[in-house]
Amino acid sequence: MPDASISLLVNGAPVSVTPGTTVAAAILMSGPRARISVTGEPRAPLCGMGICFECRATINGFAHTRSCQVLCEPGMDVRTA
Amino acid sequence: MKQHFDILVIGAGPAGIAAAVRAAESGARAGLLDDNPAPGGQIWRKGAALPAAARNWIAKLDASSVVRLHGWHVFAHPGSGVLMAESTAAAEREAAELHYDKLILATGARERFLPFPGWTLPNVMGAGGLDAMVRGGLPMSGKRVVVAGTGPLLLAVAAHLAHRNAKVVAICEQAPMGRLAAFSLRLLSQPGKVMQGINYRWASRNARFHTGCWPVAANGQGSLESVTLQSGDQQWDIACDYLACGYHLVPNLELPVLLGCRIQNGFVETDKWQQTSIPGVFCAGEPTGIGGVELALLEGQIAGLAAADRINAAIGLVQKRSRSQGFVRALANAVELDPRLREIPSAETIVCRCEDVPFHALGGYSSSRDAKLHTRCGMGPCQGRICGAATQFLFGWGADSVRPPVLTASFSSLAAASCAADHDSNDILNQNRKDTHTL
Amino acid sequence: MSEDWDVVVAGAGIVGAACAHECASRGLRTAIVEAGEIGGGATAAGMGHIVVMDDSPAQLALTSYSQGLWRELASRLPAGAEYESCGTLWVASDEEEMEEVHRKRALYATVGIASEVLDSHSLSEAEPHLSPALAGALLVPSDGVLYPPCAAEYLVRDSVRLGAKLYSPFKVISAGDGLVRLNDGTELRAPRIINALGSEATTLLPDLPIRKRKGHLVITDRYPGFVHHQLVELGYLKSAHSIATDSVAFNIQPRKTGQVLLGSSRQFGAEDSTVDYSMVAAMIERARVFMPEIGTLSAIRIWTGFRAATPDKLPLIGPWQDDPTLFLAAGHEGLGITTSLGTAKVLVDYLVDGETQIPIDPYLPARFVRSEAHA
Repeated sequence: MPDASISLLVNGAPVSVTPGTTVAAAILMSGPRARISVTGEPRAPLCGMGICFECRATINGFAHTRSCQVLCEPGMDVRTA
Repeated sequence: MKQHFDILVIGAGPAGIAAAVRAAESGARAGLLDDNPAPGGQIWRKGAALPAAARNWIAKLDASSVVRLHGWHVFAHPGSGVLMAESTAAAEREAAELHYDKLILATGARERFLPFPGWTLPNVMGAGGLDAMVRGGLPMSGKRVVVAGTGPLLLAVAAHLAHRNAKVVAICEQAPMGRLAAFSLRLLSQPGKVMQGINYRWASRNARFHTGCWPVAANGQGSLESVTLQSGDQQWDIACDYLACGYHLVPNLELPVLLGCRIQNGFVETDKWQQTSIPGVFCAGEPTGIGGVELALLEGQIAGLAAADRINAAIGLVQKRSRSQGFVRALANAVELDPRLREIPSAETIVCRCEDVPFHALGGYSSSRDAKLHTRCGMGPCQGRICGAATQFLFGWGADSVRPPVLTASFSSLAAASCAADHDSNDILNQNRKDTHTL
Repeated sequence: MSEDWDVVVAGAGIVGAACAHECASRGLRTAIVEAGEIGGGATAAGMGHIVVMDDSPAQLALTSYSQGLWRELASRLPAGAEYESCGTLWVASDEEEMEEVHRKRALYATVGIASEVLDSHSLSEAEPHLSPALAGALLVPSDGVLYPPCAAEYLVRDSVRLGAKLYSPFKVISAGDGLVRLNDGTELRAPRIINALGSEATTLLPDLPIRKRKGHLVITDRYPGFVHHQLVELGYLKSAHSIATDSVAFNIQPRKTGQVLLGSSRQFGAEDSTVDYSMVAAMIERARVFMPEIGTLSAIRIWTGFRAATPDKLPLIGPWQDDPTLFLAAGHEGLGITTSLGTAKVLVDYLVDGETQIPIDPYLPARFVRSEAHA
């Protein structure tokens, strides 16, 4: 039986991913940028391992969460800057 | 959450897994902590077919009595024998007070990034960075990728991407062909590594392989559209969807430094049994020297056994380890950075990505701290993990001091650290209340 | 190597930088000596709060005078100095503290500092994340915040532009009788030497009544709009007052970057810079009383620094003992940033013609020698 896909919201829009997908990947599947830099540049993950902080997003109300370290869960509410 | 361990291992890459398994086998109550959701660290990251060694060790870990703390990051060392960790994932931030008799630091390494015009564009990632994102579910099928930088990681990443049906259009290694050939000859003493290299190259055989070559610009509006490569005095553009660019690895030293471990030549100093300058604190894997998986497994096992007071069982491993030391030196020589890489940032190129500090702002400062205090370079949440390796290469600056939290933590978690500190915050607050009512 | 100057300033923290700038602006040939980074000592460890405080009439005079000088300088400061006239809110927990608020307003008015009393409702509107259970506050709109290391750097660079010379990185080995010796053998000769070494001033003058008072700070990731003014509890004065015990007070600041800076703690007798988690927790718990949601903010760094504290909480400004060439500008405790410009003006006015805009007497170092003589 195939793994059920997971549905979550990225900036209000529904996204479906396979289990084991990180929130960072889900964000990038919704658009090329993950955050805006302090001078307004579009940014996306760089290191993939939780140290560059480019993937920060607000996940279920918690700001500045490193989305590459978080697995998608059903019903998650993800917001990017 | 409060727990006590005989042996606490920080980092669940190959070194940490091996250390925890051997510690538990020796009868110790062992804990293994890592901020990723699954074990394997970077090189054995879940989400791709893992090599046999990885599957075997992870199976051993699963069958062991090791207490698993995945999805936690250490943020403070409030007193001797105790570390504070915070839950990394989105749920209500929780703090954990982790007491230990012996500590094994297996914090691994991270990629070195060198700035160049356009490197902050979305879809420019590290080589390991893109690999990790792909393992985390980023679709790659049909995407055009340029892999660049330096080190054995490039071929491994290119092979993996090719397996995912990405179009690896070029692989650019900054080291000159002559140096790579010398390194390959050196590897003949370790046939396993040679086969691995051949397999990787075969997997990415459709990609042009360039040496003495590096990206000088990433181009695009809003996200990457093409990369400008340079080799010798030739420059050319390649259209692509992703650039996976990393200049080898630098050790994650923040926790060892915070604990006061002696650092020598940029790595944690350890003795024959992987013990650091702090009795009872051990270190294994990349933080002691970049040497790859086999060496990490040996060092992890030695550390686990030594921490469990079973050094006799580690003697054979120590002998095997000494044969790997040469690889560490050979690798370091092979990936030495071309000085011309210092010329690729333009004045406007962002060096500190957290604070958007451009290259031109940094001239005239004499140290990391000097630059940080006056330009904000290194002041952001990554605390210099990304820009520090770059400024070391560009300007020769050593790393600034490590201050807690080692990784960001909530105020609630910081407050929880006082329970493990040498005296209680309630004493101070009670005294405060008394003072407020006098006067 | 030996060089002649009109003034040598030891220390390029905010106070030394201000003194050097004042000297250079008056055409005095000025040398500045700094052992480390400009503004890298207590200047880099404080909150950068420019605040009028009334622990004593002398403190009120110096802080109000100096706050005005910062307002005049503001337009010339570079962007990196992050000067913001965000104002201070002195927060009152109960009716007793509201009486203090009214008293403070009247007192500040006597030195020309305008302020406004906010009741509980208007306080909530001004700062929505403050606990609604608070009684009110005093708003002092002319107070501000800045980022001190860049302000110090600006003052030093402008001094150099005006003809001063920076000797860095060099340590002052000895200073007195018109001669300053540096650790590389350089000798600087000047009829006036200003010791602006903060908590390190005692390395040159061991008898100085200056003690180190350790403080902790925590800074967060960016939360623009979480707080708008520098928020200080009225009990802050009592914390700064207390000589014997470790203490904390609610003190929180919005930075121009949107980061939130949390202070403040005080400890005597703690000479090393390691972070003390019991102090950090006490600061956070105290802050939670005033801003209950603070627990969720993400902290990116904790650091410590040493204030230079004197027995009467006033700085040492003026000549020292029997050496007519030696002057002090040190011992500013938690008000170094605020009073740096005022200190410089008062000291240099005193040096040039003795006519200061506010009386220098309360700050003269001789007050301690006098009191010892009378003990």
